[in-house]
Amino acid sequence: MNVQELKKTANQVRKNIVTAVYYAKAGHPGGSLSAAEIFTYLYMEEMNIDPAKPSDPDRDRFVLSKGHTCPGLYGVMAERGFFDREECKTFRHLGSRLQGHPSMNLLPGIDMSTGSLGQGISCAVGMALAAKVQKKDYRVYTLLGDGEIEEGQVWEAAMFAGAKKLDNLCVIVDNNGLQIDGKIEEVNNPYPIDKKFEAFNFHVICVEDGHDFEQLAAAFAEARSVKGLPTAIICKTLKGKDVSFMEGVADWHGKAPNAQQYEIAMADLERIGETL
Amino acid sequence: MSEVKKIATRESYGKTLLELGAEMPNLVVLDADLAGSTKTGVFAKAYPDRHFDCGIAEGNMMSIAAGLAAAGMVPFASSFAMFAACRAYEQVRNSIGYPHLNVKIGATHAGITVGEDGASHQCLEDLALMREIPGMVVMCPADDTEARKAIRAAVKHEGPVYIRFGRAAVPVVFDEDYDFQIGKGSVIREGKDVSIIANGLCVASAIEAADMLAKDGIDAEIVNICTIKPLDEDLIVKTASKTGKVVTAEEHSIIGALGSAVAECLSEKCPTKMYRIGVRDVFGESASAEVLLHKYMLDGEGIYKQVKAFVEAD
Repeated sequence: MNVQELKKTANQVRKNIVTAVYYAKAGHPGGSLSAAEIFTYLYMEEMNIDPAKPSDPDRDRFVLSKGHTCPGLYGVMAERGFFDREECKTFRHLGSRLQGHPSMNLLPGIDMSTGSLGQGISCAVGMALAAKVQKKDYRVYTLLGDGEIEEGQVWEAAMFAGAKKLDNLCVIVDNNGLQIDGKIEEVNNPYPIDKKFEAFNFHVICVEDGHDFEQLAAAFAEARSVKGLPTAIICKTLKGKDVSFMEGVADWHGKAPNAQQYEIAMADLERIGETL
Repeated sequence: MSEVKKIATRESYGKTLLELGAEMPNLVVLDADLAGSTKTGVFAKAYPDRHFDCGIAEGNMMSIAAGLAAAGMVPFASSFAMFAACRAYEQVRNSIGYPHLNVKIGATHAGITVGEDGASHQCLEDLALMREIPGMVVMCPADDTEARKAIRAAVKHEGPVYIRFGRAAVPVVFDEDYDFQIGKGSVIREGKDVSIIANGLCVASAIEAADMLAKDGIDAEIVNICTIKPLDEDLIVKTASKTGKVVTAEEHSIIGALGSAVAECLSEKCPTKMYRIGVRDVFGESASAEVLLHKYMLDGEGIYKQVKAFVEAD
């Protein structure tokens, strides 16, 4: 995909996110919207995956460690062809494959069930380790929230990944700066994020604008070229991006829009889509 | 029972993993800085490329095991029961249990027979915790033979399994031709007056107790229930119907594990007078394993006294 097509896809992913959360009357739009470009780049460009072969042992893996932002993951999986876009409307409903947090046993294409913060990165480390034992060259990607990295387990996982030199592991931090209780530096300051991963023996790449596909492409290409240590890509993003009333508002971490807000949000995204 | 051969089940764990390492190229073993104590060191030495020491980070180890299993490996995650089941409970529940991943948890140093280390390390809650997780197979082998067979059965079973091993050497009860199956108990000794349903090291204690009870004219039946989950309800109902009196005996809190599982089964299917032998809702303490088994009445004499009192009170 060229940059224009990627931008259009990210715009559609955002529509899928808002639609899913609206129809569910619950869910986490803020951190799903902030990672729309990251999801899009991974699923449309970066990862070696095939929706027709979701269990291929040689595929790249993705673990959504910040599992609550699965509206973004479902949104991009629909665009990649894992299922029909309409299914996003079943999110969080009884009997849906699109659970409130991802379930690997219900939805083909989900590589790990997640939701309890801090555990996904360890699972991703286990998969990267398996690739080394199996002498396979697949890569493992995991997306974490910047609030999530307050969990101690994240650093247990990082220490192990650095110690074992898992260069097939790519950790991405969605640094949107907000968690449920407010600004991350006011709740329990995890900064400096880059220096922490460096100290845990990671190659660290800082992406100034996590919504810029050229910057993302350069970062993932650099990560691929790194040998002998895992990579962490720290992406500065805007929580609630492209929905006017959600941008930069912590309150939209885990709340669904009402009918009127849904109309405004979809109009915002429609308008942005038309400019692309 | 000094002439009886004694082996710690953690030794059985290390030895069986070593054998399985040769048979299963996809088997990997994880430890959390206790490979010497969990006895997996022999596997690490033979298969250094398939042994991973995660350091002192048990939660991370459990989630790593989940990732390995999701990628097709058969991981054994090893630590002391206190850290495998208690410290890492939520990781076991969410990373392993919820996705029903093929992870085997080898938990050593369970119960009060950890001994001198004291209450902080004496895990009396692990089987109760593990039993709560949907789809988790929970086993507490009685001796070396059963431990080795349980491990081999665990690798044939697709899904998460928790196996509890002890630090102290315990008498070998079963012969090599013992037909072990997950979810199946066995009658070790037939009797008509009272049923003693036991697992772990309490099986050997129960055998000792039954000999003493026989001298008092009490004919005890002994039922071994290695698999607490899934529970062999048919066998439990059968023995309860036969004797009309049931005592459970386990090196665990009386809350939540074998005693509770049997009580739940019988209260629904065959209400029977019961008494639960175990650690009675207290923390342990430092002393030798032998001294503690005596104090907490889990040795042959302790079980004898408690069963006798229960039978005579009726």
